[in-house]
Amino acid sequence: MASRIEILNEGGYRSDGRRQYELRSITIDLTPQGTADGSALITHGLTQVLVSVFGPREAKMRRETLHDRANVNVEVGVAPFSTGERRRRGRGDKRILEFASTIKSTFEPVIQTTLYPRSQIDIYIQILQQDGSVLPACINGTTLALITAGVPLLDFICCISGGVHSTHPLLDLTTLEENDVPSVSVGVMPKTGRVVLVSLETRLHVDRFEEVCRVAWEAGKVLHGEMRKAVRERTGGLVDAMGGVAGAGGAGRGGPGEGDGDERMVDY
Amino acid sequence: MRPPSPSIPEREFLFTALKQSLRLDGRSPLEMRTPSLIFGPEFGWVECSLGKTRVIASVDGKMVKPPPERPFEGIITIQSEISPMASSEYEVGRTSDEEVTLTRILDKILRRSDVVDKESLCILAGQRVWQLRLTIHCLADAGNLLDCACLAGIVALKHFRRPEVEVIGDEVTVHAATERAPLPLSLHHTPFCLTFALFPESTSSTSSTSTPVIITILDPSLLEYRLATGFLHVAMNAQRELCVVQKAGGVPLALDQLLPLIKDVAVTKVRELDAFVESRMKDDWEGRRKLVEVS
Repeated sequence: MASRIEILNEGGYRSDGRRQYELRSITIDLTPQGTADGSALITHGLTQVLVSVFGPREAKMRRETLHDRANVNVEVGVAPFSTGERRRRGRGDKRILEFASTIKSTFEPVIQTTLYPRSQIDIYIQILQQDGSVLPACINGTTLALITAGVPLLDFICCISGGVHSTHPLLDLTTLEENDVPSVSVGVMPKTGRVVLVSLETRLHVDRFEEVCRVAWEAGKVLHGEMRKAVRERTGGLVDAMGGVAGAGGAGRGGPGEGDGDERMVDY
Repeated sequence: MRPPSPSIPEREFLFTALKQSLRLDGRSPLEMRTPSLIFGPEFGWVECSLGKTRVIASVDGKMVKPPPERPFEGIITIQSEISPMASSEYEVGRTSDEEVTLTRILDKILRRSDVVDKESLCILAGQRVWQLRLTIHCLADAGNLLDCACLAGIVALKHFRRPEVEVIGDEVTVHAATERAPLPLSLHHTPFCLTFALFPESTSSTSSTSTPVIITILDPSLLEYRLATGFLHVAMNAQRELCVVQKAGGVPLALDQLLPLIKDVAVTKVRELDAFVESRMKDDWEGRRKLVEVS
């Protein structure tokens, strides 16, 4: 089946009509979900992930507390209807455990855990639809959910997947493409341009790897713009809601306008 | 029971030494411990050690009925539970984080990167295929269990030989080793795993530099493994093909710090490892041939 699909056709278009470096449309919904302190519903094309963040709060399990920093707890659930084939995965599934531990270790150095000793930050991830780039969607969603929860972060983490079709790098792969070409996920901290996460699971030549890494790194910065816009919009909305009461609201409104740098945003 | 984390003097000592590019066991930062391979009397049994880290890998094969969705492919299973034998850190029945990483990375390197040609393991389509079981026993954990386990696993697969099978019509005949020489598996490539441990140089008071130096060491020992703030696992073969790159969290690295590690360091180290494994396999094979000739 896979050989019938043209990953990249003569005209330079991919199976879903995108160009090589074109990302799928991203929608971000930061409205509160239930009792979560912060939540984000993010879609990359048909991939959809809901992330809820609780905390920092007192740890349920006493022995899990750390005396000098907060404990980050990540739980991932995969909805059985998220893929084409319905398959139940238990909580003990190694793939999901690894997925969760990847996300946990990605965020541990970025969250300023030292500000909340003896507490716990819970991150619950629900994968609602899968169509490639699931790990990047989860990471981006978690970044946004942590920001909406007001958890202090050193930087965004913007993650994107990339692949190589013969010698052409592609970005933001769908399931169809992921099954056929080697894929790399790269998580970038846009402010410093450093890489937090690199994950490659299929065979790929070193030279190609470098190429796709650099392209994905650039794309991470583009994604950052998109994510920042969503956060600013939400913050702007909050400020507007408060604006009628305090004069500070008006001053705050100027901030989320067109200014640059994330420092202002952190102030709210 | 998790042993207490290393003491502050130990940590300070290690960090100061690393800043001067010195390691506690006298290696240079990007030097591996010399691996040693001991082959057992049977095919597919190998004991691999990196310093005091020791792992036994053994392969055995049996014939099974393939699952209906893949009637032409053999089955490979990898068993890699870490028992308390390796270190008092590991408990029975509870999957530790290390075990999850070990199992998953071994799975990616040895199974999902198509090391073994699965279709060559088919005997009779839909009826009989070979099921290979690779068992990894971790005997001692003195740091970098993953690289050792991966080396042991791949060498065991290279060393293994399966009995020749003859198919006439629907009848399957298995020939004993005394009748016909057993066949090696057909392997597409031989990946090796390398682990880099990352240490940020943040303990120094000069934080004014915009790009803090990050100390990278290859093949961490147990103390280095405990104190490292991040790891980079790279699996690649001698043909410069990457199979797995995994860097989850830990110290953020600039792309220009990360890529040279893979492009230059890992490539040369993997070539050396490949040559080493080839020569050891050849020696072992020579030894076996002599045995047969005498008797």
